[in-house]
This record gives sequence, structure tokens and C-alpha cells, in this order.
Amino acid sequence: MTEPTESENENMETKPLTSSLASVASSATAGRVPGSHPMGVGLEARGIHAWFGDKHVLDDISLDFWSGTVTALIGPSGCGKSTFIRTLNRMHEFIPGAAMAGQVLLDGKDIYASGTDVTKIRLKVGMVFQKPNPFPSMTIAENVLAGLKLAQIKIENKDDLLQECLERAGLWNEVKDRLKAHGGSLSGGQQQRLCIARALAVRPEVLLMDEPCSALDPGSTLKIEETISHLSSSMTIIIVTHNMQQAARVSDYTGFFLSDGGPGSLVEVGPTGEIFSRPKDKRTENYVTGRFG
Amino acid sequence: MSQTLVEPMKSPPPPRELTSVPRFSDRVFRGVVTSGGLSSLVILGLIFAFLTYQGFSVLRSQGFYFITGSEWALITDDAGNMIADQTKFGIAAMLIGTILCSLVAVVIAVPISVFSALFLNFYASPRLKKFMVAVIDLMAAFPSILFGLWGFFVLMPSVEYWGKLLHKYLGFIPFFKMEVPVFTRSPFVAGVVLAVMIIPIITSVAREIFSQTPLDRVQAAYALGATRWAMIKAVALPYGRSGVVGGAMLGLGRAMGETVAVYTVLNIVYQVNWHILVGAGGNVASMILLKFGDAGPAEIKALMAAGLVLFLLTLIVNSIANFIVKRTGKSGR
Repeated sequence: MTEPTESENENMETKPLTSSLASVASSATAGRVPGSHPMGVGLEARGIHAWFGDKHVLDDISLDFWSGTVTALIGPSGCGKSTFIRTLNRMHEFIPGAAMAGQVLLDGKDIYASGTDVTKIRLKVGMVFQKPNPFPSMTIAENVLAGLKLAQIKIENKDDLLQECLERAGLWNEVKDRLKAHGGSLSGGQQQRLCIARALAVRPEVLLMDEPCSALDPGSTLKIEETISHLSSSMTIIIVTHNMQQAARVSDYTGFFLSDGGPGSLVEVGPTGEIFSRPKDKRTENYVTGRFG
Repeated sequence: MSQTLVEPMKSPPPPRELTSVPRFSDRVFRGVVTSGGLSSLVILGLIFAFLTYQGFSVLRSQGFYFITGSEWALITDDAGNMIADQTKFGIAAMLIGTILCSLVAVVIAVPISVFSALFLNFYASPRLKKFMVAVIDLMAAFPSILFGLWGFFVLMPSVEYWGKLLHKYLGFIPFFKMEVPVFTRSPFVAGVVLAVMIIPIITSVAREIFSQTPLDRVQAAYALGATRWAMIKAVALPYGRSGVVGGAMLGLGRAMGETVAVYTVLNIVYQVNWHILVGAGGNVASMILLKFGDAGPAEIKALMAAGLVLFLLTLIVNSIANFIVKRTGKSGR
């Protein structure tokens, strides 16, 4: 609801904070050497283009996402960040008129290859949306386990999985006594963590988060960020955010997207500390220091 | 400052009356829309009053027999005047027939309508959808006598076959039992014709409600690896349930009031008949049509009373529908 104004406010606040942003970011990535992650590359985007009808919205994006890291995608509204992550789990094609080119490699295999079962891809690449969207007709427990039902996965011990997912999403203690309550009875921030728990229940390798905190208050945002840091050790997380402080706090790598009226492109990507302290591109510097956006 | 804090509790002032002087144009418009909105209520009220006025004497003289009895016999003396004690007007057979035919219609029409609404919303290409919506809307506007003729010439011969099958395999259920092999002109045939008539109505309502399925929930389901069918089961059906019930009730109301189509394919027999394959029974509206042509003043009043009962039956069904829609509407929204 407050999304557009929030991003503006964020940028205004960021102006005097450049140096502190950089320090936050560098401490977050301290001790990590890019490219040396033992778990290897989780997801690779190769030359991604995207169109809505005739409108070319993404221009040749290539980006590697390392397992066990958090990559933040930042950039002004309309630069194609959300469209880009929606190409990574094939949600892009749900929009009428949407088209794409390029490859997305998951474990080395192109998820757009012919003969691919899209539903299987989405089990491996989970997604959390901007607006919390629990299923209102289901209870909290049913919501968490909804993915199993939807994808017709049978498992032995549902209660253990339920507790594990809610714990990993940082929601267990708040809801353990009312698992039978409806999902809609939770607060906005709790609903979003419920959606994270729901995404975790099908054990994805990659988790896409499309501005997961933009509809939430600062307290809930903090909780989600804690959840992200806990999760990051075991999976690949890609988060789109308008909030640069959030990018600095939670991510290991940051990619900066920009559209100069035409299709959006990736201006720069690197360790988050470097993007915020000594970006190579002038446009990145202008954006992270709050001169535009 | 501290004084205001420790001041003894005062009761709050009464709420102020909030008024605003409307502008002239607003007053005029308000008058126009109010009269438009109330006109349907007034017309309905006038029809009700007319039917009550006309039919009251018959209802009083026949009492409960009017809705529990199933004999329709106007006894007159030599001069043509009605002998009230011996005359019997009972429409039980017609009422049961009405309910039976429309239930058959709804049972057949609802699944077909829901499937076609789901197809249009979630499977059909935009071009096919546009075309089919136009065709279905056209079907809703079709004159009912054409459905009746179709039922008479096309459906009746083939339904005989289906009727025999139903009797053979489902005959243990009393509804489908047949003692006499009269398959045509039965409530079942009338129900099928009515089903074809109300499919466009229910489809249209269901399509509208399914098209409003919140996109974020649809996406949430797909993002969890749902197939289209799994998404429909988890998201669209719970969301659209109350709308489908509402549409079904709209269709039921339409089916109960249908006259000409039923008249064409149904035997009007004054005999209570619960077996949908047996060619007996009737339908209140068709009976009115049948009798209206050569009815004298006394019988006309009886027909008005029958109309009043049909009116009330429709009202009751609609109220139940509203109740169900309200009850089922909450969850899934």
C-alpha cells in the first residue's frame, strides 16, 4: 500500500548514510571470498531478455547465484528486477503476452528446455511475493503444508515438517498454540513469514523473494531479515528490494538494475560491500548514495 | 496540567448529529435513482397484492387442501355457477412436479456450468473465450419455446433410451423407479430441457466469480508447484463457491418459473409423482397456462391462487439461497 512512497523515503534517508551503509555491508560480507563457495553455483541466468507484448523490458542479463549466499537485486521502479526474478522460476510466462529469451540453468540444466515439467521447476525454485498471500480458506498448518498437497507430494511425518518450516521461518513460537487458526488471522508480518514457511515446506534449492518486506512495518521487516540470514546457509536466496539498507544488511552480493527508458539492464554486480562502498559504475554510485531513484 | 489528569470522570458528550446540506443537483439525482431503485419493489408489491386479492377467496375456501390435495375439479350447477362445497382445487402434484423438474435441472446444469466457467477462465484462449461467452449469452436470450420444441422433437426420443438405462441401473433408488414404461413427457425430460435453459445463467454467474479469483493466490499456488487443476481446487473453487451457489439458486428460480418449455414436454396429470422417469405430475406455471384459456371466473381465481403459491415458493427458495450464500461466503474469501 505504501510501497511507492516508502522507496522514496528510503532514498531520502539514505543520503547522509552512505558511509554507514558501506560499513554495514562490508561487515556483512567480511571474510567471504567471492567465487570460493563450497556449494558452487546454485542458479545461472544466461543472456535473459524479456518482453511484454512488443515492449522489450529486460536486456541481456547474465548473473550467477552462488549456493549458500544471498543476492540482492536493487534499482529504481520499472527497471525489470521483478520481471527478472520471475523468469527464474517461470512465473513470468503467466502474464499474457509475456515472452523471454536466454537460458536459466538450475544444477546445470536449462529450466526452459523443451520437455521440462514446469511444476517441478517451481518446487526447486520457491517464491515469496511482495504482498503476503496465505490461502485464507486454510488453517496455518494447512497453509504451511499446502505445497505438498498442491504438488501431490506424500511424506511420512507432516508434524515434524510443519514445525521445522515454521521454526526456520521464525514463526513457530508465535503460532504453535493456534495451528488450527486461519492464516488470515495473523498480522501482516506473520503472514509473510507463514508464506516463507510455506515456500520452505517443499524444500526448494533456491528462494526468490520479490520485495518481501515492502508491505510490512519495521519490526516485521527485521524478523524477516533474521529469517533470511538463518536460511542463507542452506540455500540460494535472491531478494528484490527497494530498501538499500536492507540489501546492505542481508545480502552477500548485490546487483544493480537500471532502465534508461528502454529495457532494463544489469549495470553492475559484485560483493555487497563493494557495491555500496566503491562501485565501479558512476550510475551505481549515484543510486546507492541516493542522488536519484 | 495535573489538574486535568486527576479530574473526576465525566461522561462523554452525546455524539453530534452530522449533517450537510446537499446541493440541488445531488438532490435531483438522488430522487431519480431512488425512484428507479424503489420501482422494482413497488411493482413486485403490486403483483403480490393483485395475486393475493384475486386468489384469497379460493385459498380460504380450499384451506390447506390447496397445497396438499391433488384434485382439480370445478363443479358447477346447471346455470354454470360454481358449487363451492364440491369443487376441489389442489395443486400438490403441480408443486411437487415443479420442485422435481427444477431439481433435476439444477443437478444436471451446475456441474456442466462450473466446468465450462472454469474452462473459460483458466484454459480457453482469449479468442475462444470471447466467442464462447457471446454464444452462451445468446443461449440465455433464446426464447424458451425453442428449447421446448427442441426437447420435444430431439430430446424426447433419445431420453427414452437414457431413461431406460437409468431405470435399469438406478431403479433401486425410488426416484428412478418405474412401474409403467412411460418414459417420455416425464419430469426427467422437462428437467433436461430446463437444465439446458439455465446452463447459460449459472455459467455466466460462475464465470464472473471465477474471473475475480485473486491473482496473488493463484500465483502463490503456481509458485508452490501446483498444476492448474491443483490451483483450481485450492484457490478458485473455495473462492467461487458462494458465487456458484448463488448462480445455482438463480437458475433454480428460473427453472421453477419456466412455463412454455415445460408445457411442451411434460404431461400435466393431477397425480402426485415422485418418480422422475414416470410421465405424470406437472408444474404450476404450465398448469396455469394449460387452464387459463378456457377458465371461467371462478377457475381464474384458483389459478391466481396457484400463482401466488408459486410466487411464495420462489421467494422461499431465494431466501434460502441468500442464507446459503452468506453462510458459505466467508471462508475462502
